[in-house]
Parts: sequence; C-alpha cells; structure tokens
Amino acid sequence: MIGLEHYLTVAAALFVIGIFGIFLNRKNVIVILMSIELMLLAVNINLVAFSAFLGDLVGQGFTLFVLTVAAAEAAIGLAILVCFFRARGTIAVEDVSNMKG
Amino acid sequence: METIILFSPLIGSLICGFGWRLIGEQAGMMVATGLLFLSMLLSWIVFFTFDGVTEQITIMRWIESGSLATDWAIRMDRLTAIMLIVVTTVSALVHLYSFGYMAHDDHFRDGETYRSRFFAYLSFFTFAMLMLVTADNLVQMFFGWEGVGVASYLLIGFYIRKASAGAAAMKAFIVNRVGDFGFALGIFALFYLTDSINLSDVFAAAPDLAETQISFMWRDWNAAELVAFLLFIGAMGKSAQLLLHTWLPDAMEGPTPVSALIHAATMVTAGVFLVCRMSPIMEFAPYATAFVVYIGAATAFFAATVGLVQNDIKRVIAYSTCSQLGYMFVAAGVGMYSAAMFHLFTHAFFKAMLFLGAGSVIHGMHHEQDMRNYGGLRHKMPYTFWAMMIGTLAITGVGIPLTHIGFAGFLSKDAIIESAFAAETLAGGFAFWALVIAACFTSFYSWRLMFLTFYGEPRGNKHTHEHAHESPMTMLAPLGVLALGAVFAGMIWFNSFFGHTDQVARFYGIPLAGEVHATEDGQGTEATDDLGDDHAEAKTDDHGEGKADGYGHHGTFGGEPGEGAVYIGEDNTILDDAHAVPKLVKASPFIAMLIGLILAYIMYIRRPELPGQLAENQRPLYEFLLNKWYFDEIYDAIFVKPAKAAGSFLWRRGDGNVIDGGINGLAMGLIPFFTRLAGRAQSGYLFHYAGAMIVGIVLLVTWMMVRGAG
Repeated sequence: MIGLEHYLTVAAALFVIGIFGIFLNRKNVIVILMSIELMLLAVNINLVAFSAFLGDLVGQGFTLFVLTVAAAEAAIGLAILVCFFRARGTIAVEDVSNMKG
Repeated sequence: METIILFSPLIGSLICGFGWRLIGEQAGMMVATGLLFLSMLLSWIVFFTFDGVTEQITIMRWIESGSLATDWAIRMDRLTAIMLIVVTTVSALVHLYSFGYMAHDDHFRDGETYRSRFFAYLSFFTFAMLMLVTADNLVQMFFGWEGVGVASYLLIGFYIRKASAGAAAMKAFIVNRVGDFGFALGIFALFYLTDSINLSDVFAAAPDLAETQISFMWRDWNAAELVAFLLFIGAMGKSAQLLLHTWLPDAMEGPTPVSALIHAATMVTAGVFLVCRMSPIMEFAPYATAFVVYIGAATAFFAATVGLVQNDIKRVIAYSTCSQLGYMFVAAGVGMYSAAMFHLFTHAFFKAMLFLGAGSVIHGMHHEQDMRNYGGLRHKMPYTFWAMMIGTLAITGVGIPLTHIGFAGFLSKDAIIESAFAAETLAGGFAFWALVIAACFTSFYSWRLMFLTFYGEPRGNKHTHEHAHESPMTMLAPLGVLALGAVFAGMIWFNSFFGHTDQVARFYGIPLAGEVHATEDGQGTEATDDLGDDHAEAKTDDHGEGKADGYGHHGTFGGEPGEGAVYIGEDNTILDDAHAVPKLVKASPFIAMLIGLILAYIMYIRRPELPGQLAENQRPLYEFLLNKWYFDEIYDAIFVKPAKAAGSFLWRRGDGNVIDGGINGLAMGLIPFFTRLAGRAQSGYLFHYAGAMIVGIVLLVTWMMVRGAG
C-alpha cells in the first residue's frame, strides 16, 4: 500500500536533488532553472499528498497556483538568460561572479 | 569700602587688558594705575580707622553643596588690614614705576603692544593677592593662592621670546604645585575634621583638633599637628623656603617691577601670612611649629650664604628675600606672629625699594645685570644711589642698639632674633644662631652689592657706562615713597607689633586675660582707638619710661581661638620673654651687621683684589656657594631627570608603542584580517550563496526542532 510517507519521501528526494542541482552545478544556468522547477514540483507533490490525505481541496488548488507561478518564473528566467547570453556570450555559472566582494 | 579695595584692581585689570583697543594703551594703563591708587588710599583709610574687631563682609553666597556652605566674604581684621596696605601700596607704586621701566623694551618688536598686557597682569595679580589676604574661608584663600600663582607665571614669562623666562615661569609654577598639594591636603583635612572651611569655625574647633587623632599615610597623627604641617608645606612652596626655594632665584627672569611686587613684597609673603592667619591651629601644634622654625632658620642661613657670591644684582636680592622670609617663618614658628607680620610689613617696603632701585640701575645700564660690570654709578644715578642706600641700611638693620630708633629692618629683625632667643627651645637656639650669622651675611652681601654697583671704578663695557643715566621721575617717585616706609615704618609701628602685651593685643584685637596692669602714665587703661594718638604715646614711651622701667608685665594674651587677628595661647609668653633677653642678645644683630659691613668694606673698597684671591684659595667652597649648594643639580638628578625619563618612557613606550600600537594594530592589522576573511566569503558564485542559505535554514530548523519550536 502506498501511503502518505511514500509521497513525502519522493517529494523530499526531489527537493534535495533540486538543491544539489543548484549548487553542485558549475556549468549551466539553465540547470539552475530546472532545479528550481524540480523543487517547486517537490513542494507540489507534498501539497497534493497532504490534500488527499486530509481530504481538503485547498491544497490542490494551491498546487495549480504554484504551477502557474512556476511557468511565469520559467518564462522570465529564460528571458533573463537570453539577455545574459547576449551580453556576456556565456551562460556558464562559473563565469557569473559579478557579486564577488 | 573693603569691596571697592578688593574689586578696583580687577576692574582695572579687565579694562586695561581687554579695553585698551577701545581707549588706547596709555589710557588703559592710566585707568589700571588710577584704580590701584584708589585702592591704596582706601586701604590706608581702612588701616587707620580699623578698631581691631574682626568683622565679616559678605559679598555673595559662593558654594553650597551638602554640608559645605561657604560665603564669598571679606574677613576684616588686623592681619588683613596690614596685608591690604602692604599689597596695595607696593602694587600701586610698582604700577607707577612700570610706566618708566616698561616704556621701551628690546624684548618686543616695534609697534607691538605689551604694556597694557603687563599692567593688566599686574592688576590681576593684585586682585588675586587681595582675594588671598581678605579670604574668610580656606577655599577662597586657595583661589587667591592659585590666582597669584597664575599671575606670577604670566609675569615671570612675560618676555615671551626669551626661552629662559619661559622655563623659569614653568619652574615657578611646578615647584609651587608641590607646596599647593600640601595646602590642598590641609584644607581637605580641616574640612574632614571640622566639617567647615570657614575660618571662624575652623579656629573655634582648634582646641578640639589638638585632642583628635587622624590616620594619614601609615600612622595616626595628632590632627592639629598634621593640619599645621600640611598648611606649612603650602607656605613653604609659596614663600620659597628651603627645599622648595629653587624657583625664586629663577623667577628673576621676569621684568624687575614684577620681582619687586611679586617676588619680594607680596606673593612670597603669602606663606608667612598663612601661618599667621592659621595661628589658632599653629598654637596647638608644637612639633609643626618647631619644624617651621627649623626650616625658616635653615632657609635664612642657606639663602644668605648663597647671596654672598652671586653676581647678578637681582639674584643677590632674590636670595636676600628668601633669607628674610626665613626670618619671618622663625618668628611665626616660635609663636611671635606679630613679629613675623612686623618683618613682613617692613620688609615689603625696603625689599620692594631695593628691587626697584636695582631695576633703576638695570634700566640705566641698558639691561646689564652683572654687578661685575657696574661700578662708580653713584654720580651717574644719585637718586637711585640714595634710595638703594636707605634700602641697604634698612635691610642690614642699622639703628641705635638697645633703643627703638633705627631703620625699619633694624626693629623688625631684632624683634625676630630676640623672639628666637626667648623661645628657649632647641629649635629657638638653633634659629637664634642661624639668624645672627645670617644677619652678618645679609650685611655683607648687601654692602657688597652697594660697593660693587655704586663705588669703585666703572668696569665692563665703557660705552654702557658713558650712556648710564638716571631714571625718569615715574621711577624715582615710588623709590622716594618706599624710602619713607623703609626709614619710618619700623619706628612708627614698633609698639603696635612688638610693644607691650597690651599694646599688641589692642592692635590685633586680642582680648587680654585677667587684669591689665596700668603703666605709670596710665597708657594701658586709656582706650585709644586713634592710632595717631597711639604713636605719639609710643614715641614718648620710647624716650621716656620705656627705657626707664624696661618691659614690665603688661598682662597676658587671652581669648578664644578666632577672637582677634592672631591667637596666642595662654602659656605663650614669648613677647614678654623677648623683651627680657640679655642686652648682648639684643645687640647681637647689630654687631653681626657691623662685622658684615667691615668685611665688605675691606674686601670691596680697600682691597678689591681680595675677593678674587679668596675665591681662588677656597675654590670648592666658592663653587659650592656659587652653584647654590647644588640644589638645582640635585633636584635635576633626583626629580627632573627621572621625571623626564618616565615621561619619555611613557611617551615612547606607553603612548607610542602600547596605545598607538594598539590602535594601529587594531585598525591596520586585525580589522583588515577579518575583512579579508569576510571578503573571501563573497565569492560571487550563486551556488555559494544558495548553499549558505540552505545551511542556514537547515540549522535554524534543526535548532527549532531540538528546542521544541517554543
């Protein structure tokens, strides 16, 4: 029987993969965007799982809302990326260190 | 009236010091001098109309803090009255004299204004000195005490371009600090013991103090002894007594009128005044007063020996001042406050005159101060010569032995020497011999000064001698006035200061114990407030019965401490004893004076080559005296060098290495180190920031979970 804990485990695994995707990745900014998507989806799984578990539809409604925001965010993120590539000629994360103190 | 006396010098000082730009330099000086003369006139009126009863004139409430409540008030008694005339008279005459003396000065550039500053300082000094002598409480006295110190500092260092003057000014100020420390401690002790700083309360508590023990430093002391001792430390500093005397000769770097006013007549006598003022406490402190006698006698002797060989005309007089102050302290120490004040009073006249005379010589000789370059000046400066002659006769104590006819110094100095002999203590005996020998030396160096300066052949720069000239009238007039004082002050006031007990008691407003013995002419019972009358009687007394019956018993001093200007204990019979000393003792200072005069005459008139030979033969002794017993060198080695070394150590190591090093190390080492660390954390890489955020959140969450999310 697949219970709530299985869903939560999968979501946690996805979230951690997302986190590691952000700061182990040295090469590509797109991977960061993808990792953020992954983390958002992990949260979505949590929301849906709890919604089903508690019998409350608000959680699923919230999930749809998160998906919308994620889509918008991906669009903006990719747009920034395009601009950035035009300006710098690269999107390797290692080269992006403008904030170095 | 007293208020006007007190404040007119201050007003004069302010007008002259700040107002000269508006009214002009000359007018400013006139105002300051005019106000001083007004002050002098009123002082004399106060002195003559004063009836001997102590009164307090409150000016304003000054300090109120806890149990300390103090008025700013004038304490008007005989001591104050005497000091008032001494201070204002000498000050007014010195103001007048300075018109001539300061007219041209090579120490200042053309067009530079310095005279108004000089007069403002002089007037300020006078105000501070009046504050000191009129003080009704110890803090007010301390204010005046420090005020005259400041004025002295400013005036010694008046020649601002002369490095030695600046050094001398600092020396005077710093050496005085040592004494002032003792004075301040004495005031603290008195406040601690009596809970008041008003003189009346302190005096009233004096008998209790003698019974009290107070712990200070490492042991318990008798309170009266301790207070008296501490106050005397203060007096030692101000009055240049042995161990704290080194500043006085150096203070001669200042202009000569300053030396006359501050370092001869007034400020240096503040210590003597303090001891006399504190007589109710001194009377209960036999050990402290013995110490006073020893120091005074030693100073008188020491300064006289050094004076024998000095060549700078002003330094000779400076050491002479030092020596005469020693006399005064001996008198105060043996309990003859009246004789101390007598000598203070007469000394002010003749010493101020000697200084002003020396100033006149220096002025005439184009600021040449070395007596070896003088000689034969009596024809060039006849008035100065006669003034100096009178001053010398007065200081050496010329008079007719065993009578009361003589120059001022004769009467007052003899009074002190007789008192010292009559004390019949170990200290008194020591003081008597020291003072008699000092009197011989005094005579020698004073006549040496006269002979070197005014007699013999002109020596030194021929050009200077050809241009030597008599001083202007503004400088000679003060000399004339002071000469009157130097001749007559002793004779006129002898009985008031050192006459029969009842005369002295009436003069000082001291009640007599028991019955007053009427003299043959009924003088004792006649209550004569008018001093003029008194003098007339005094004169007849001198010539008539005074000699006939000698000094009988004229009652003893009584009253409570604080009643009358000075307190003289019931068992203090020095005054009567002093009158009863053997004739030889009375004549001893005169004999000593003659010996000094004859020696000086032989060595500087008859055989001028003798002093040089003597100096050659007695080389070590001569060097010892010429170098002032090496006090300066010893102090330099003991205090100045270590202080400089400590200062240098603290500066280089303490300040330079520790403090600056600490600040620099912090600002230039430690902080940049941490900034570099923090800077390195700012890698600019997104994943580092994200990682830090996640680690932070994880830590926060973990912490909250462990703590139970309270």
